[in-house]
Amino acid sequence: MRVMVFVKATEDSEQGMTASPELDQMFVDMGKFNEELVNAGVLVAGDGLKPSSFGKRVAFDGPSRTVIDGPFAETRELVAGYWLWEVKDMDEAVEWVKRCPNPMFGPSEIEIRPLYEMEDFADIIPDEAAAIHDGVGEKLAKG
Amino acid sequence: MAADPTHRTIEAVFRIERARLIAGLARLTRDVDRAEELAQDALLVALTEWPARGVPDNPGAWLMAAAKRRAIDGIRHAQMQSRKHAEIARELDEEQDMSAAAVEAALDDPLGDELLGLIFAACHPVIGAEARAALTLRLVGGLTVEEIARAFLSNEAAIAARITRAKKAIAKAGVQFEVPRGAELAARLPSVLEIVYLIFNEGYAATAGPSLVRPPLCAEAQRLARILAGLMPEQPEVLGLLALVEIQASRLAARAGPDGQFVPLTEQNRARWDQLLIRRGLNALERAEALGGADGPYALQAALAACHARARRAEDTDWRRIAALYDRLGQVMPSPVVELNRAVAHSMAFGPDAGLALVDQIAGDAALRHYAPLPAARGDFLLRAGRPAEAKAAFEAAAALAGNDREREFLLRRAAGCAD
Repeated sequence: MRVMVFVKATEDSEQGMTASPELDQMFVDMGKFNEELVNAGVLVAGDGLKPSSFGKRVAFDGPSRTVIDGPFAETRELVAGYWLWEVKDMDEAVEWVKRCPNPMFGPSEIEIRPLYEMEDFADIIPDEAAAIHDGVGEKLAKG
Repeated sequence: MAADPTHRTIEAVFRIERARLIAGLARLTRDVDRAEELAQDALLVALTEWPARGVPDNPGAWLMAAAKRRAIDGIRHAQMQSRKHAEIARELDEEQDMSAAAVEAALDDPLGDELLGLIFAACHPVIGAEARAALTLRLVGGLTVEEIARAFLSNEAAIAARITRAKKAIAKAGVQFEVPRGAELAARLPSVLEIVYLIFNEGYAATAGPSLVRPPLCAEAQRLARILAGLMPEQPEVLGLLALVEIQASRLAARAGPDGQFVPLTEQNRARWDQLLIRRGLNALERAEALGGADGPYALQAALAACHARARRAEDTDWRRIAALYDRLGQVMPSPVVELNRAVAHSMAFGPDAGLALVDQIAGDAALRHYAPLPAARGDFLLRAGRPAEAKAAFEAAAALAGNDREREFLLRRAAGCAD
C-alpha cells in the first residue's frame, strides 16, 4: 500500500531555513534516513516545502474563486514536507516514521495517511466504472 | 495475536528487519535454513520480552544479538563435535561480549552488503528459476509459504518442497553469502535480474487461472528492483530493469477492466497510467543510458515501454522508433517472442503486410507452437489487411491456446468481430 507521510510545520520551519551547524547535522541525519528508505525499497517520492509565506490558496464557493496569499495562520496544520512510501501496512509505516530523526528543532509531528487504492474505488463508484467498462468493451468488439 | 497493538508493533519491526537479520545470520552460520530459524527464534524472544520492557532503541541490533545468543546455545547443545563449530561458537562468544554500541556498529550495514549477498545467494544459478523466485520471495520479500503458493497458484506443500530443495542446493554447492565482485558479479547479476523480472511478470501477466493481474507480486518485484537499484546504483542493467518494471507497473490500473477483463495497451485509458511511476521509470532509464547501458536487454525493453509511456494518445505512439528498438533487441537478446513483438511493431510502423512477412518467418518455430499471442497477432494483421475470414480463424486458434480465461474471452470477442 502507498502512504503519504506529512511532516507538519512548526514556528521554526515557517521562518525558513538559515544555515547553522544544527541544520547541517539534520541534513546529514535525514540523508541517512532517506538512504535507508531507498535501500529498503520503501521511498517512492518526497520533498521539503518552502514556508507558507511562499504559498497561495484558492478558496472555492460556488462559481467564485478567491486567491489568498500566504503566510497562513494555523501553523500546526501546515505541511513542511512529505514522502510517498510503499509499505505493507500502516504498522510498518508507523515503525519507519519512528526511525525518522526529529525533522524539527523543537517538538514536532509527522502524520501518515494511506492513499486510496484501485480496490477502494471499485466499491465507491461501481456505476461509473461499469459505464467506462462498457464503453471499452464496445470498442474492443469493433476493433 | 494480530489484534494486540504491541504484538503488531513487534511484527512490523520484525518485518522491516527480517531480511537483514537472515542475511547477517546466514553469513555467520553459513546455513540459510538455520539463519531463518534463528531469526524466527529472535522474534519469539522479542514477543516475550518487549511487551513488558518496551521496544528497544535499536530493535534490529537487539534482534540480532538475541539470534546470535540462540546460535551459541544451539551449538553448545550440539556438543560441539566438530572443530569448526567450536570455532564459530568462540567467534560468536567474542562478538557477544561487545558493548551495545559495538553490536550496533556490527549490524550497521550502510552498504547493504549483507542483504545484497543474501539476494545473490537466493538467486544463485545452481537453483532452478522457479525455486529461485520462491526462495527470494521467502527470504528477502518475507512472504509466507502460503502467500507464495497463492501467488503462483500452487499448493503450500509444493512451494515448501521447492524452497527446501533450493536451500539444499545452496548448501551443497557451498554458495557464499557474499556479493560477487568483478567478472563474477557480471556473470551472476543476470540471474538476479531474471528472477526479479520473473516475479514481476508472474504478477503482471498471470500465465494461468482466472485472474489476469496479481498486483502483490508486481509490488514485491518493484520493491526488489528498487532495493537493487539503491544498493547497486552504478549497474546500468539494474537501472534498466528498474525502469522497465516501474513503467510497466504504471499501467496496472488501466490494464484490467473493472471485471478483470484484459484491456490492450492501445485501448487503455491513459489518464489512469501512474505518472509518478512513469517519471521514476524514465529517470532510471536515463541513468542507465548515461552509464553506457542503452543496449542492455532490460534497458532496451524499458526504452520500448518508455515509447508507449511518452505517447499521450495511442495514435501518437512512435512505432518507427519501437520497430528500430525491436530490431536492436532481436540482435542483443534473440528469441522467438522478441521476433513476434518485432513483427507487431513493424506492422504498426509499416503496415500489416510488413507484420505478416515477419510473422510468417517465425510461424514454424517450435517454441511458439502453443503460444497464443502468435495467432492473435496474425489475426490482427490479417484483419487490418482486409482478410476477415482468415483473421477469424487465427483468433479462434489463439483463443484455443490462451492461458487464462480473461484472455480467451477477449480473443473470442475479436474472432466474433471478424464475422462481417
